[in-house]
Amino acid sequence: MIRLPYYPGCAVQTTARNYSISGVAIAEKLGIELVELPKWNCCGVFPFLANDDIMRHLAPIRNLIHVQEMNEKGIVQNENRVVTFCSMCYHTLKEANLFLKDPEKKEKTDIFFEREKEFVGGVKEGYKGGVEALDFLEVLKDIVGYDKIAEEVKKPLKGLKVAPYYGCLVLRPREIGIDDPENPTILENILEALGAEVIDNPNRIQCCGSYHTVDRRDIVAELTYDNLIYPVRSGAEVIVTCCPLCTFNLDFRQKDAGKLHRDLQEIPVMYYTQLMAIALGLDKQFYGVDLGLHYVDPKPLLEAKNLY
Amino acid sequence: MNLAEKVRSISGEDVLSCYQCGLCSGSCPVRFAMDLSPTQVVRLVQVGNIEKIFESNTFWICSTCFSCYARCPRKINITKIMEALRQIRLRRDQDKIALSDIPKEELKILPPIALVSNFRKTTA
Ligand code: SF4
Ligand code: SF4
Repeated sequence: MIRLPYYPGCAVQTTARNYSISGVAIAEKLGIELVELPKWNCCGVFPFLANDDIMRHLAPIRNLIHVQEMNEKGIVQNENRVVTFCSMCYHTLKEANLFLKDPEKKEKTDIFFEREKEFVGGVKEGYKGGVEALDFLEVLKDIVGYDKIAEEVKKPLKGLKVAPYYGCLVLRPREIGIDDPENPTILENILEALGAEVIDNPNRIQCCGSYHTVDRRDIVAELTYDNLIYPVRSGAEVIVTCCPLCTFNLDFRQKDAGKLHRDLQEIPVMYYTQLMAIALGLDKQFYGVDLGLHYVDPKPLLEAKNLY
Repeated sequence: MNLAEKVRSISGEDVLSCYQCGLCSGSCPVRFAMDLSPTQVVRLVQVGNIEKIFESNTFWICSTCFSCYARCPRKINITKIMEALRQIRLRRDQDKIALSDIPKEELKILPPIALVSNFRKTTA
């Protein structure tokens, strides 16, 4: 068993519980124990890009310090990697190290944590650097390996037509992305290892509409249609995602998209970890399909394919 | 600082190398909802006509997807320019101070309540 620090974030504990329940279970099945940070705070949520801002970068940096503390307390040994499932968490944690490359910003954040300790407690020490954020997809690709995944498959997803969707934040910008930003292959490789039939989705790296889902649902509805219609026409039966916000938009906003464009048939949206839980032969409770978190219920499809 | 300088300073991007190829607009997933294209916005930053950009909805419609930046042959981070434009609008006439402008010596001694109350009053 490899023990890796694990940063959950808010999404996978609420609207995306199906992601973490399946993800933590398949990790264990594949020899990875995800050890939750004893203390963690908000990841900072969205990449903040103004050059003159330090405040909005403090949250992810504090999380990196908590990983440092896990090592000091001996909860993990010499383990500077921290794993996340959510693309936004991954992005902000990864970006924090790039941000701190500027010595002036590093110094000012150190002063902040020093003073925070003085007045309200906070972290014991500043960030020493070197904590590396890993998206769980990278764990599967680089630590577990596709061959090992294929070896562990108990119920191949034979005949299941799956279209992958990546969204933005695990791919762009290049300096943060986990794969080729124009032609990523991680999800495809995993799905092939599971025995599924991969359906091409030309819009798999296009934006889902992101935070506009709060006040510009019209924009998100257009994008949801655009992101789903090609795989649907190509015969895809399920869309596979890796980000809780993409998943929400692709799944729940199908209602709006369907009103605008009558030719869109409903299609279930699942996290790749859920399909892995099925293929690796885990108990049903780890599929995460019974928690009322899907808009389009994937169960009828899974039953029809003898996967449930 | 005039507005164009402010865009440059907050974004950290120099747009003079843009040769108006249009790839950013062609890559933008929400171009359909914008009244000015990303390419037009970059041009207006070049010529310093920021007020004209502020009449458009473009920088609010931008969803921070980084597609334009990923594809710009001049490696201009248009995504950061959109953020700078949003920030200027948010802070307009209020951004008297930014944490990064405060010298480190001062940061070491100022009481937190001074900093927080100041930011409440002087920033968006
Ligand atoms: S892609 Fe780059 S060079 Fe081309 S128009 Fe846009 S900003 Fe200018
Ligand atoms: S970052 Fe903004 S401007 Fe650039 S392509 Fe994405 S939505 Fe369009």
